[in-house]
Amino acid sequence: MSNIAIITGTRKGIGLYLAEYYSRKGFTVVGCSRSEAEKALDNYSHHCLDVADEKAVQQMVHDVVKKFGRVDILINNAGIASMNHILLTPLSTVRRIFETNFYGTFLFAREVAKVMMRQKYGRIVNFATVAAPLKLEGEAAYASSKAAVANFTQVMAKEVADYNITVNAVGPTPVATDLIKNVDKKKMQDLINTQAIKRLGTFEDIANVIDFFIRQESDFITGQTVYLGGIS
Amino acid sequence: MRDQIFKIIESVVAEINEELDYDSLRNVTEDTTLFGGDEGVDSLSLVFIVTNVERGIYEQLDRSVSLANEKAMSMRNSPYRNVGSLLEYALQCLEEA
Repeated sequence: MSNIAIITGTRKGIGLYLAEYYSRKGFTVVGCSRSEAEKALDNYSHHCLDVADEKAVQQMVHDVVKKFGRVDILINNAGIASMNHILLTPLSTVRRIFETNFYGTFLFAREVAKVMMRQKYGRIVNFATVAAPLKLEGEAAYASSKAAVANFTQVMAKEVADYNITVNAVGPTPVATDLIKNVDKKKMQDLINTQAIKRLGTFEDIANVIDFFIRQESDFITGQTVYLGGIS
Repeated sequence: MRDQIFKIIESVVAEINEELDYDSLRNVTEDTTLFGGDEGVDSLSLVFIVTNVERGIYEQLDRSVSLANEKAMSMRNSPYRNVGSLLEYALQCLEEA
């Protein structure tokens, strides 16, 4: 069984870790981000695009199929966050967050599922967040965009199940990345204290859930969002 | 180009009919019903047809076209109703692309 994987948002943070992790495991990984990759990896190629650009996403998926013949795994990692009180949030910020977090997830899932439908096999993993079930103040736009991703995951899981495509989501707790670097330390500790297991998440925690979702044996696991740290 | 696209649609319909085994899809003409009425395919099969015609156009004509666009969804007469209407719609989308 081949493992051709597309991972979005691979320039840094969790996406870069996942690109390294799966390329080390021998997967063929194709990543993307708005700018060039900063590290050269084995079994890895990179596309520069905006995940909300429909034509660019279609072209990237076409290119991957042309080069490798199939796509087995899609990891929709690309995401941005912005913390602000609703009353001080510009519409342009909300639009930008939804474009990357939801439209990007939608576009890649739609285009890759067309390929997977033909293969009658595929594993799609989306990124949710604990900010949605926790209803975190200051994260209305971010949490809402990720709640949309979680719901989209459930609906899409039903729509593509007949083609042996599973669609699941992982909902990380805060992880030490750029997304949280500007968050007040006390607020972060308060957030961590709401978890059953009170620590920051790690890249390895996230990869562990993804490993489970993408296993061939996980063909009866779909439409699930697994939140880390004991959040539900 | 018309003939090439007809052949793409014909081949996709033949492929889905290996599973469906509908009498009405055996000899494909422009009048062959695809969606709606008693002879039409189910919605999942229609998804297969539309997305694979897009793929066929890309692979054989090297043209990227979206047949499931907003215009298709809002047309009074669905472009997916039969092979001829899908063919015409594909030609129209390619012309406008």
